[in-house]
Amino acid sequence: MNVAVEMDAVRHGELLDISEAGPAPKRIIAGFGFWIFLLSDIVMFSALFAAYAVLAKASAGGLTGGQLFDQRNVAMETALLLLSSYSCGMMSLAINSQRYLATFLGAVVTFLLGAAFLALELNEFQGMIALGATPQRSAFLSAFFALVGSHGLHVTVGLAWLVLMMVQLSLRGFQDAVVRRLHCFSLFWHALDIIWVLIFTVVYLMGVLP
Amino acid sequence: MTLLGKLDWSAVPFDQPIIMGTVGVMIVVIGSILSWVTLKGYVPYLWREWITSVDHKRIGVMYIVLALVMLLRGFADGIMMRTQQAVAVGGAQGYLPPEHFDQIFSAHGTIMIFFVAMPFVIGLMNFVVPLQLGVRDVAFPTLNSISFWLTASGVLLTNMSLAIGEFAKTGWFAYPPLSELQFSPGVGVDYYLWSLQISGIGTLLSGVNFVTTILKMRAPGMSYLRMPVFCWTALASNLLIVAAFPVLTALFAMLLLDRYLGFHFFTVDAGGNVMMYVNLFWIWGHPEVYILVLPAFGVYSEVAATFSGKSLFGYRSMVLATMAICVLSYTVWLHHFFTMGASASVNAFFGITSMIIGVPTGVKVFNWLFTMYGGRIRFTVPVLWTIGFMVTFVFGGLTGVLLALPAVDWQVHNSVFLVAHFHHVIIPGVLFGAIAGYNYWFPKAFGFKLDERWGKAAFWCWFVGFHLAFMPLYVTGLMGMPRRLQHSDVLAWQPWLLVAEVGAIVIFAGIICQIVQIVVSIRHRAQLRDTTGDPWNGRTLEWSTASPPPAWNFAVLPRVDGLDAFWTHKQRVLAKQELPVQQHAYRPIEVPKNSPVGFVTAFFTVVTGFALIWHIWWMAGFGVLGAAVTLLAFMFRTKDEVEIPADEVALFDRAHPVEVSL
Repeated sequence: MNVAVEMDAVRHGELLDISEAGPAPKRIIAGFGFWIFLLSDIVMFSALFAAYAVLAKASAGGLTGGQLFDQRNVAMETALLLLSSYSCGMMSLAINSQRYLATFLGAVVTFLLGAAFLALELNEFQGMIALGATPQRSAFLSAFFALVGSHGLHVTVGLAWLVLMMVQLSLRGFQDAVVRRLHCFSLFWHALDIIWVLIFTVVYLMGVLP
Repeated sequence: MTLLGKLDWSAVPFDQPIIMGTVGVMIVVIGSILSWVTLKGYVPYLWREWITSVDHKRIGVMYIVLALVMLLRGFADGIMMRTQQAVAVGGAQGYLPPEHFDQIFSAHGTIMIFFVAMPFVIGLMNFVVPLQLGVRDVAFPTLNSISFWLTASGVLLTNMSLAIGEFAKTGWFAYPPLSELQFSPGVGVDYYLWSLQISGIGTLLSGVNFVTTILKMRAPGMSYLRMPVFCWTALASNLLIVAAFPVLTALFAMLLLDRYLGFHFFTVDAGGNVMMYVNLFWIWGHPEVYILVLPAFGVYSEVAATFSGKSLFGYRSMVLATMAICVLSYTVWLHHFFTMGASASVNAFFGITSMIIGVPTGVKVFNWLFTMYGGRIRFTVPVLWTIGFMVTFVFGGLTGVLLALPAVDWQVHNSVFLVAHFHHVIIPGVLFGAIAGYNYWFPKAFGFKLDERWGKAAFWCWFVGFHLAFMPLYVTGLMGMPRRLQHSDVLAWQPWLLVAEVGAIVIFAGIICQIVQIVVSIRHRAQLRDTTGDPWNGRTLEWSTASPPPAWNFAVLPRVDGLDAFWTHKQRVLAKQELPVQQHAYRPIEVPKNSPVGFVTAFFTVVTGFALIWHIWWMAGFGVLGAAVTLLAFMFRTKDEVEIPADEVALFDRAHPVEVSL
């Protein structure tokens, strides 16, 4: 059953005071630890964002964001990634009620949307490089490729992880360890969305401001 | 492209007798230790009980051994610099050429911060925190082992730079543009970056592990305000690790991109911004100071309370001060470079915050003093280090308040006055605390105490030597002596530098006393044995189990109903004049299974790091692949816990009746 629903079913006063309960169960510990890791990952992105903010205008006479960014492409990337988060959420629901088919379906849709996002991003990078806008051209482009590329790298890792999880799921079924990892994967995938929303705003929207 | 990238025989500095001599000694020492271990047949034991161990106590001990070994290396660098500065005045050129001297001061700082102070405090936290929280292990035991071995890979890479190639000549913070490819084309900066990148990931994972452990795994009844102060300081320190180390990782990644792929983050051309490096470095760097010093403050709190026979004065204010420092440490980074050229109001802001952060630290000092006031103090070795810390650190802090004034900072910036200041806070603040903790918890880890006489001798040598070595630097700093001078023409500085040299020699005597202390203690371990599990009449839960504790720490998780859980329990037992009858229904205990994954992953990261430093691309690919396959194999393992049968737990528990279960 869904965790949230489980919690709702507990009547007030039946739960132990948190300090009386002793060490938390493994499921909670794994999820919590992964949250802390994600926060550290977001701190790492914040350093890359800071670098981008400092260097955004340092185009050294080369092409600027306003000249390079294609709004339509970015809108499509955003839509793909947000939809993949939706399908990832559907997959989580399927995991909670231990339905194999729905889980695999959710995973396949999530993977395809993520891969399509990645293809569009790589296409965008290739187009920029063809125009001579390489990361070696200016500090602005260095910061752009590092920031957006790091996000892309995270998406790539996420896709590989998803494939691995599907292999594990088909080999082992809904074991505790597998479910814990799937739960961590979905946290990871949603966190990438949050980062992307910030990239969309800071890089692509603010980048084309006059 | 050649098969070995940039690597060839010219990488080994055969023409440098000092380096080759050191390398020779290192090879002989490591070789003889390895062959001794092999001949005695200890390899399977080491592999089974230590290298693959995921027990937080074993990992903690290994961290501390690593730190102590690297302390010798870092100190050797320090005394070499002191000697060079003392002799290379006027016509004399000394014995270290500039390129070598530059590598030594860079290595000294890097090693002391990353490979002595960090492993020492992380080692103490590893050993102590789960025991104090009354639980059986950290949240992620195998991850803990991976963290340790990644730190060890960083250490190994840094030490390899001595024999193969060179180390950075840029100072321990590697400011660009000097650290860019244009001005540092050699492999030194690459050694620096890759070792710190690898060990930094280990540290970050430790941080995640400990935050989770402290927030989610505590004995029943241990609410936040019943946690020992050391656990609070460990929590603050690890929160800072989680929030600060990713910045360092991102920063070094940017510098690596500049150096390897021609990016322009910090270059002088194409719009790069050098000051961005300096800002980001110290946004990590200032919290790092508190990552190191807060756990040491925790040690002092435990030592002061235990050996005064009183509960800590002002527990809540201590917790509040710790967390205040944790937050404020993010508001002061700019005081490391007031001379950047920011406006007066920016400098004033950071000057004021730097003074404010002294306030919670002052609160702590008063708390320790009031804890000792009226107490029945036992002057053991940890207490000496604690008192020595309080006396010394207050003065070091005062010079910090001086430096927090931007106008003063402009005068003494980059002088040895600054060198004197930060040694004056970090040696008593971190190292004294680490050594106090080492003496305090040693009997818990090994079942026998450390020798008191040699411990006291070590303390006095360190204490006197420290003042002799660093007070003169305040004077020469005010006389205008810049830091990192390989040679100087000012004869007036020399008498002071000679006094500093004598101080370094006295510290060396202190280190020798510590080596003798450990040897003597091992030889006399029968007399020094602690059979009670509670040699100091302790207050917290780690003293309620056997010394050394079993793999499962506690046969039955203790129940906590107040601060100083073990102390209050002992008082209750004393009041009733009888020991409680121990009747437990022992249950089998699941402990995490040993795993070689940390060691194997670290092996492949060393290969990867070395290959990337020398541009051996095929080998880098092989290393990454190896590490990935190892982690993949780990992900597909079927069994990660072993069960200790109830009989075995019961047997151990009855054999150690001192274990008072709460």
